[in-house]
Amino acid sequence: MAEHKEHIVSPKIYIVVLTALLLGTGVTVWAAYIDLGRWNIVLALTIAVTKMTLVILFFMHGKYSSRRTKLIIASGFFWLAIMLVLTLADYTTRHPEPSRSHLAPAPTLQSEVGSVRSS
Amino acid sequence: MHRTGELYGQFQTLEQQKESATLGMWVFLITEILFFGGVFMAYTVNRHAFPTAFGVGGNMLDLKLGFFNTVVLIASSFTMAMSVWSAQTSRKKAVPAWLIATLILGSVFLGIKVVEYKQKFDHHLIPGHNFDVTYCSRNQVACGLDDKDLAKEQKEIREGIEAERFPGASEEEATVALNAHSQLYFSLYFGMTGLHALHMVIGAGLLLWLIIEGLKGRFDANYNTPVENIGLYWHFVDIVWIFLFPLLYLINRHLA
Repeated sequence: MAEHKEHIVSPKIYIVVLTALLLGTGVTVWAAYIDLGRWNIVLALTIAVTKMTLVILFFMHGKYSSRRTKLIIASGFFWLAIMLVLTLADYTTRHPEPSRSHLAPAPTLQSEVGSVRSS
Repeated sequence: MHRTGELYGQFQTLEQQKESATLGMWVFLITEILFFGGVFMAYTVNRHAFPTAFGVGGNMLDLKLGFFNTVVLIASSFTMAMSVWSAQTSRKKAVPAWLIATLILGSVFLGIKVVEYKQKFDHHLIPGHNFDVTYCSRNQVACGLDDKDLAKEQKEIREGIEAERFPGASEEEATVALNAHSQLYFSLYFGMTGLHALHMVIGAGLLLWLIIEGLKGRFDANYNTPVENIGLYWHFVDIVWIFLFPLLYLINRHLA
């Protein structure tokens, strides 16, 4: 059988990545309790993206895969970015106030108040 | 038909054959990224519209269980990676051993998830007719809260109602609004974690098959494509959780 030219990632690297991921989990919980205002979500997502990158590069062998595979991986995130960015560009600029129209019909509202009180 | 890693006619080299398998798996994972992406999009848009109610809902989750589950799932990704490595280096006995470890960790995750769901059920946080976000602030014993937790819970509900009080709204109307919007949060919580758990269950089934085949000694340096591709799937499910955990459990803790 001909020799595979695949890159074998050593367990040492896996252990380093595992440690980094656990560390990242600890840091994200710790940081969640510090009041950073709107930056809490930014920090949480930055840590999550970092953890994801580690998983893709090492656990999923992204770093060692062919350029063609890398292109496919990148394209997936490109399409995801299109969906997120364009949708948010709409939602964050269209309504100055969140719509509360679904609360408007008075009879429904009354019956809902009743059910909250009685439970 | 048993595949053993010989070269198929449509490929010129074994590397090409292997790369095609990896590439195909990634194409599938991209559809999964976009599938979950749509759900994350729904979450983002609704959180943007109702930040207070989503914060109140998020702080009602059990952070200890969520944290423990994150650690368990990351550990299972590690054991999965180790089973791939064992196959690549022809350690035929280690392959099923690492796979069994992965399956156990995956089952622990799902078990904890059941405990969490049951807790939400007891706390009237399942979307539907009996949903009541204020339940625990009024039923200390049923929710097993000590005095400190109860005070925290009541403070959150009070602040939530205040924040939901749109111009001209009475306290009752504001309570209904908080209840409706936090119900939206819990619908997304169960939808997202449920979809994730479904992927875990499918992954567990695939692992079971790998374990059976691994015990027969089928996976080695020449043939390990199933281990590697199911590994890719397992890591992907881990990545989904890496995002679910902070988004659902964490990002409003600083206000609690």
